[in-house]
Parts: sequence; C-alpha cells; structure tokens
Amino acid sequence: MNVATAKTAPVAAPHPGDGSVLKEKIAIRNLNFYYGETKALKGVSLPLYANKATAFIGPSGCGKSTLLRVLNRMYDLYPGQRAEGQVLFEGKDILEPGLDLNLLRARIGMVFQKPTPFPMSIYENIAFGIRLYEKLPKSELDGRVEQALQRGALWSEVKDKLSANGLSLSGGQQQRLCIARTVAVRPEVILFDEPCSALDPISTAKIEELIDELKTDYTIVIVTHNMQQAARVSDRTAFMYLGELIEFDETNKIFTSPNDRRTQDYITGRFG
Amino acid sequence: MDASLYASRRRRNVLAAVASYAATFVGLTWLALILGVLFWHGFGGLSLRVFTEMTPPPGAVGGLLNAIVGSLIMTGLALLIGAPIGILAGTYMAEYGRHTYLTSLVRFINDILLSAPSIVVGLFIYYVMVRPMGHFSGIAGAVVLSVLVVPVMVRTTEDMLTLVPDTLREAAASIGLPRSLMIRQIAYRAARSGIITGLLLAIARISGETAPLLFTALNNQFYSTNLNAPMASLPSVIFQFALSPYKDWQDLAWTGALIITLAVLAMSIVARSLTGTRKAS
Repeated sequence: MNVATAKTAPVAAPHPGDGSVLKEKIAIRNLNFYYGETKALKGVSLPLYANKATAFIGPSGCGKSTLLRVLNRMYDLYPGQRAEGQVLFEGKDILEPGLDLNLLRARIGMVFQKPTPFPMSIYENIAFGIRLYEKLPKSELDGRVEQALQRGALWSEVKDKLSANGLSLSGGQQQRLCIARTVAVRPEVILFDEPCSALDPISTAKIEELIDELKTDYTIVIVTHNMQQAARVSDRTAFMYLGELIEFDETNKIFTSPNDRRTQDYITGRFG
Repeated sequence: MDASLYASRRRRNVLAAVASYAATFVGLTWLALILGVLFWHGFGGLSLRVFTEMTPPPGAVGGLLNAIVGSLIMTGLALLIGAPIGILAGTYMAEYGRHTYLTSLVRFINDILLSAPSIVVGLFIYYVMVRPMGHFSGIAGAVVLSVLVVPVMVRTTEDMLTLVPDTLREAAASIGLPRSLMIRQIAYRAARSGIITGLLLAIARISGETAPLLFTALNNQFYSTNLNAPMASLPSVIFQFALSPYKDWQDLAWTGALIITLAVLAMSIVARSLTGTRKAS
C-alpha cells in the first residue's frame, strides 16, 4: 500500500498477508498542522487499525510526535498550535470544536518520553485516574489498581510498597507505572511518544514486551527514533519526512522492500 | 603559553576569591553581632512573665502578652486575607494566563508592590480605612499586613508552579483530568513545599513591620482582642519602649526584639529544610 491508497482506505479492508479483517480505529484525512506560522504536517492521511501497533518513524523534526499529539488533542494545551483536516475516531471527527477533550483523552491515553508519575503514592497514581470516571468501593478499587499494575508488569515489584511515592521508583519502573496508570482508565487507544528513549536496554525490553501484550486489547500507536524498536513492536509503520507521510505499509514490507527511495535511505542509515 | 597572561589571570582569581571571602565574613559578622547583642540584652529578660503579663506602666513589672497576642492575631488575619489572594493570582499567572498580556502586566505591578516601602502601604491604608473609620484598629493593621503578604505569595506561587514541568501537566491531561483538578491535585502537590516556603517568608516579612502598624493598629497598653480597637503588636511596643527613657521598658524592648528574631529565625530554618527535602526528592 502506498500513500495514495492509504488516503482512501475503507473502514474495514481485508489486508493481504494478514488473514483477518482490519478495522480502522482512527482515520487521519488530509491533516495539516501549524505551530504559529510554521507548517509542521502537510496533508497527512493514514489509517490506524484496531488492535494493531502502528509505528511512526522518521528523522528528528519530521512531524511524527506532532502527529501523535494531534490524536489526543494534546496540542490544545498550548496557544498558537492548530490542526486542519480530519481525524476520524470511530467515524467521529475529533478536530471538531466543542469536543469534550477530557472524554477524548479518557478513550485515547498517552505515555510520554520521560516517565511522569504524579507526586503521590504508587497506589494513588493508579487510583487517581480510575476515580475520575468511576465511583468504586475500596475493595473493588484495590482490585482495579492491582489489575492495572499487573497489566503494567509492575505488580510483583511494588505490591509490598504501594504507599511509597511513585517518584521513588527507578526510571523503567516509573515508565511502567505510567503505562499502568494509562491502562487503568480503560482507554481504547494508547499513544506512546518515544517511551523508551530515557530507559536502559533491560527496561526497554520489558516495555516492548508489554506493548506487544497490550495489542490484544488496545490500539497502539508508537513514535520511536529506534528503528529496531519499530521493527520489533509494530505491525504497520509510517515513515515521515519533513512533515509529510512518505510511506505507510506493513512493518515487514517497510523494512525489507520499501517503495520510496527516502524510506530506503532512512532505514539503511544513509540519513537521519 | 604566555606565562605572564596566565600569572595575571591567577592574580585576579586570587583577588576575586579574597574579596568574596571578605564580603561574606563582613556580612556574617554583622549578623552574629546583631544576634549577640540581642541575646546579651534580651536573654536576661526572658521569663514566663513575658508571656503571661501585660506591658507595664513605667517603673512596674510586666510582660509582653498583649503585644504577642496582637502580633499573632494581626499576622494570622493578614495571612488569611492575603495568602489566598496571592496564591490564586499566582495560580492564574502560571496556569491559566501564562502567555497573556495581563499576566506580564500583573507580574510587573506585583514586582513594584513587592519592593514598595511598607510605610507607603501604611499611609494608603491609613487613608482608606483608618480615616473613614475614625480610629486606629486591629483590623486595619491586619489589612495593611495582608497587602504586604499578597505580592510575596503571588511571586512564590507563580515561580513554584512554573517549576512544575509541563510534562506533568500533559500527563494529567492525558488521562482526561480537567485543568482545575490538575492544578489542585497535581500542580499544588508538586509545588507544595515551595508555596509553604513562600508563606513562611511572608510571615517573616510582616512580623517585623513597624511603620505600617503605627499608621493603622497603633498600639494598646492593655490586652485587647477587639479588632475594632487599637491593638498592640511586638514591633510597635519595641519601637515605643526602646525610645523611652525608662530602663525597665528598654529591657522589655530588647526581650521583644529577641523573641521576634528567634521566631523569624525558626521560620527561616523550617523554610530552608522544606526546600531541602524538595530538592532531595
């Protein structure tokens, strides 16, 4: 598949070599993005399939993080940033004014480059998000916290010190705490913005493993500088360059026989 | 290598170091002298009586109870009035209006207010409160102190909230936390020790103010908790007693000065230890 077909990707398309019907969770249509006067995304169109991991790769400044931050309207926190075009989330345009951003972000969670635990206990870090949306008795809340920490592959390491401050954990543990916190809210999509770039190789491996497991229940989008990581964790890869989507295809295809010369140059390390 | 160039740089380096040490030494010496003199004159007068008896007429024995209580009441009220205003304004500037023109305007005016001579603020409150009311009062004293509290709190709150990293705000937003909740439950928590430090600094600042209180609360020789009447305070009692010709009044003034200094010193140490733990975490 190339950019042209990505633009017109149907809501459910059988994909060669997949053997299953792909459901389009998010459809990005002709998206432009501006930082003040600077145009950072130029006519990007791309489908994000349900229960698949899609990686955005490309050299620094290519717009991959910008694209990710459009998906949960994170850019809205800052003045002077705006998006044009359409981002259909289950058919509904999330760029429409008047959309409830908090509800959107409850459905599309995000994990950041640097671990960002809240300045409170490990337990509270998780329970905090759950309490935002559900009123649960203590016992049930305890269960949900445990469940989320299990999901974040952190439970066995912290179960005896749930009241310790989240900031007392190591970097890798903090990042898994953040993943657990995101999962606890029960989103449908999880965005990862270079989630391992501040972590050591062992923590990175753990998180990649985790992302792989999360795919069964969530739609995953991951921005990464690390091409091996994209190859390891993603099913689809989008290569971006200078604000444009150059190529989008199955990860295997991108890394073995890309269509575009620039993709080829990037993945073989000729630039970027 | 040019040896003379290097030698002259070394000489200047030594000169700068000596000057720095000398300046530090001079500064610390004055501080030590002040503390020493205060203890020398004031410590002998420290007794239970100071905290249980009223300021005496000349020649009689007494304490500073009315002044201590007056200071506590007015300082407490000033914080109750000034701290919420300052914290909320600082919150607006750091969280809601960070990039707006209004914020830079408020910051500019606040900086002026921060360095405004307190006697000017005292005159202002005298004009807008004491004159219309027709008499000095404890409430006017509290108000004038609160005007001094506000800019300190605005400044520290804004500074401390600005130190809270944006990534934490984004993380809060990413789970769908509304901004007001983010501020109350995340940003304030992350900035808490800094804001408390600001509060202690504000207390330290106003607990020694004399001039604005002379214009507003004046003084009171008797025990009074009536906010609508003149109220005693430690600084104004020190001012009055220290300038008096009576030896026993002068001794009480020294003791009062020692009490204020120790209280402010204790507060600074607490503030310092709070910022210390913040850095450690």
